[in-house]
Amino acid sequence: MMPAFTKGNEAIAESAIRAGLRAYFGYPVTPQSELPEYLARRLPERGGVFLQAESEIAAINMVYGAGARVMISTSGPGFSLMQEGLSYLVGAEVPCVVVDMMRGGPGLGNIAPAQGDYFQATKSAGHGDGRLLVLAPWSVQEACDLTRVAFDLADRYRNPVAILGDGLLGQMMEPVVLPAPVEPARDVAWATTGAGSGPARVITSLDLEPEALEARNRRLQEKYRRAQQEVRWEGYRLDDADVAVVAYGISARIARTAVDRARDEGVAAGLVRPITLFPFPSQAVRDVASRVRIVLVTELSAGQMVEDVRLAADGRVPVRFYGRFGGMVSTPPEILDQIEQAASEVRAA
Amino acid sequence: MRPESPMTRVFGRPPVLIETPTHYCPGCTHGIAHRLVAEVIDELGLRGRTIGVASVGCSVLAYHYLDVDFQQAAHGRAPAVATGIKRVLPGRVVFTYQGDGDLAAIGTAEIIHAANRGERITVIFINNAVYGMTGGQMAPTTLVGMRTTTTPAGRDPVVYGFPLRVAELLAPLPGVAYASRVALSSPAHVNRAKRSIRRAFQTQLDGLGFSIVEMLSTCPVGWGQTPIDAMRWLEAEMFPVFPLGELKAPAEVKA
Ligand SMILES: Cc1ncc(C[n+]2csc(CCOP(=O)(O)OP(=O)(O)O)c2C)c(N)n1
Ligand code: SF4
Repeated sequence: MMPAFTKGNEAIAESAIRAGLRAYFGYPVTPQSELPEYLARRLPERGGVFLQAESEIAAINMVYGAGARVMISTSGPGFSLMQEGLSYLVGAEVPCVVVDMMRGGPGLGNIAPAQGDYFQATKSAGHGDGRLLVLAPWSVQEACDLTRVAFDLADRYRNPVAILGDGLLGQMMEPVVLPAPVEPARDVAWATTGAGSGPARVITSLDLEPEALEARNRRLQEKYRRAQQEVRWEGYRLDDADVAVVAYGISARIARTAVDRARDEGVAAGLVRPITLFPFPSQAVRDVASRVRIVLVTELSAGQMVEDVRLAADGRVPVRFYGRFGGMVSTPPEILDQIEQAASEVRAA
Repeated sequence: MRPESPMTRVFGRPPVLIETPTHYCPGCTHGIAHRLVAEVIDELGLRGRTIGVASVGCSVLAYHYLDVDFQQAAHGRAPAVATGIKRVLPGRVVFTYQGDGDLAAIGTAEIIHAANRGERITVIFINNAVYGMTGGQMAPTTLVGMRTTTTPAGRDPVVYGFPLRVAELLAPLPGVAYASRVALSSPAHVNRAKRSIRRAFQTQLDGLGFSIVEMLSTCPVGWGQTPIDAMRWLEAEMFPVFPLGELKAPAEVKA
């Protein structure tokens, strides 16, 4: 199939339809509005439900009721409002795909690209002890491909899966080859369909007895342990590297250019790009940290993923951090400068 | 059908109502409301195609009593959950069961927009003028001057405004096809309440729009009254503030 020039937000939307999307609920917010706008045009004609809700709070609760392949998308402020609902979905083991095209924060912040929602996405699905599985694409093609993966993971683990992108990824246009459509199973064993056969189905996250709630939590944690097998990451020019840059999403795109320039200048730099942020590729980071002399983490935040990198590296090598935030996007020369500083730090040591 | 004995059975447990010990306080009318919903689901033959949405409040465990598919919703969000269910399965019957803290405080946005969209769902709304589950605090429906655990000197309208009349608020919306207020304070009122629930479900079955039945209920524990006194207090104090009747009903489902 010929690649078509497509915006990130629209590639995710079309890929979701081809993954068998039956319903979309959302509330407009920049920089992801092309996604619901695309689905408003295309989902009903393909037999799905599109509904603009009165808020992200309502939208995520509509998602909770859908009982079928369902998606919701937003950006920072809306992602905050979804936390309560996501906690219920996680607790009741209801799958969905949630897209967060991150923008500058905190508060209303701005609509420029950022990566400041890493903590919110990876550390806890709202209150309680639940998690989202989190995927972080770095290109429009990968956003399209990971959308299919997200639906499959959501169904397999009966857990919400987040696609964590940023304003740049959502808005930029790149050539994309779309996946072939699939038709997922219609009636899933857990959904409340009112179908009448067998005992009534109940979807709830309530266990008044602590023993029962602990058992539910153990089940969730066991699920997250199993999900370790879904870890995805990519290494680039790491074989003989002294400096390993760790970056995800759009930051990794910028970092790769900087790594190439560093190599041109004779600095042995490489790149580790986590693709799943939860589960985090800790083992991969640990292995790389054992081979290189210094790690440089770069994010469009004040330093969030760097905490997971430091935990994984566990003191094996120094871990430096460089971040831009508030909607400012780092440039390859800035990252190159950081790589050079890191290299000279270890030369001096 | 041949009777099992010379005596004709005139009253019994509706099959949808699960036989189980109740967790509701003595004299609480949640149990009556559950029974009425169960009877209507049975009489309309909806058991195999109904999905309930339980809210956060004393009725959070409604699915322990009603034998249909159920989803337990976050506080106030039941109308949104019901919207998600109904939009994906438009041929099913979907209802929410919500208290007045749930529906009229934290869930005000969800109920108004579900009603305004004309969602073809039925809302069973229990107005007992307090938050029962959390210990009798003030609700938006608390009467002026009424003492609650968070208004120890009585609800002061200067501080908290006046009781919110939900049926009157929703009835004018074009998406609302059926809105009524009933009471659970006497056998006659209970019979009327059941007729109203039946009409609300019929409105949904006929695809006419959103339907809501507001039920004036007692919370003897939250009110600090005996069950009998609570029934009397409901009629004496709540009736003047929350007038009973059908505020809106489609001609098709009118008696
Ligand atoms: C987000 C959130 N806030 C507060 C609560 C605590 N809470 C539980 S039930 C309830 C009030 C329920 O009152 P009502 O809806 O009137 O139902 P009743 O118990 O009277 O039947 C509150 C505030 C909660 N569970 N979730
Ligand atoms: S606290 Fe009130 S509403 Fe709750 S069960 Fe007891 S009497 Fe009923």
